[in-house]
Amino acid sequence: MLAELVISLLLVIGGVFGLVGSLGLLKLRQPMQRLHAPTKATTIGVGAALLASVIYAATVKGDPSWQELLIIMFLFITSPVTANFLSKAHLHRTIPPESLPATGTDSPWATLETEDAAQAPAADRKAP
Amino acid sequence: MLARIFPHPVLTAGLIVIWLLLVNHIKVGSLVMAAILGTAIPLLTRAYWPDRPRIRSLRALAGYALLVVWDIILANIIVARIILFKPNDRIETRWITVPLDLRTPEAITLLAATITLTPGTVTADMSACGRALLIHSLHAPDPDAVRDEIKSRYEARLKRIFE
Repeated sequence: MLAELVISLLLVIGGVFGLVGSLGLLKLRQPMQRLHAPTKATTIGVGAALLASVIYAATVKGDPSWQELLIIMFLFITSPVTANFLSKAHLHRTIPPESLPATGTDSPWATLETEDAAQAPAADRKAP
Repeated sequence: MLARIFPHPVLTAGLIVIWLLLVNHIKVGSLVMAAILGTAIPLLTRAYWPDRPRIRSLRALAGYALLVVWDIILANIIVARIILFKPNDRIETRWITVPLDLRTPEAITLLAATITLTPGTVTADMSACGRALLIHSLHAPDPDAVRDEIKSRYEARLKRIFE
């Protein structure tokens, strides 16, 4: 009984955050703003749904399963990489370099680096 | 000798645990398979990962993970409120530069992943020298406060764990 309540609550929470994430995709105007919406859906939305699945398997079905933890872990590892690739592609194609803040260091942002500099050995570029 | 067979012991242990979780039972066959994968993958990928990251305190790392999970929950609620209730023209989206004190690549990766996972901020790029991160913030009326919070809340802890 209690388990079922917790499971339902988690599913509702997951659903609500998934919905808000999708709404964000629809409502926000700039591509970079829209990138924020999926990072929400994968963290709380999917996390809550998977946690509900773990509890369901352990209590109602009586057959504990830990694969959901792996899914959460893989999502947490891969979603920042995806977001980074998306924003790098976006920086490369559409964002005017002048609109970015300064790096505060001598070198430019890695995505905007010119080809000559990028081809120099990495060791040379890391001078302290 | 041992270090040559197991260049990344933590990775080996992690792979074994992941494989056992994946097959969802502990039998001799899956243990053998886990051991094979745990030995072969670090060996095959050693060329791309020459240094072994030093983790000073596993307890601090676990504490960091809990802190991040808690922050993800809080930040989700904040971003949900921005999406639902804030009119588009009042959302102050900004780029923020975060200068880095961290030097370990693994620590910087973790920091960048943390920033992206906590909703409201996304790590977009890194300076070519690896000394600064470019962060996009969904709603930051005070960009300096966001930068200072990232530095004090996450970077300082990572520095203690890795460096």
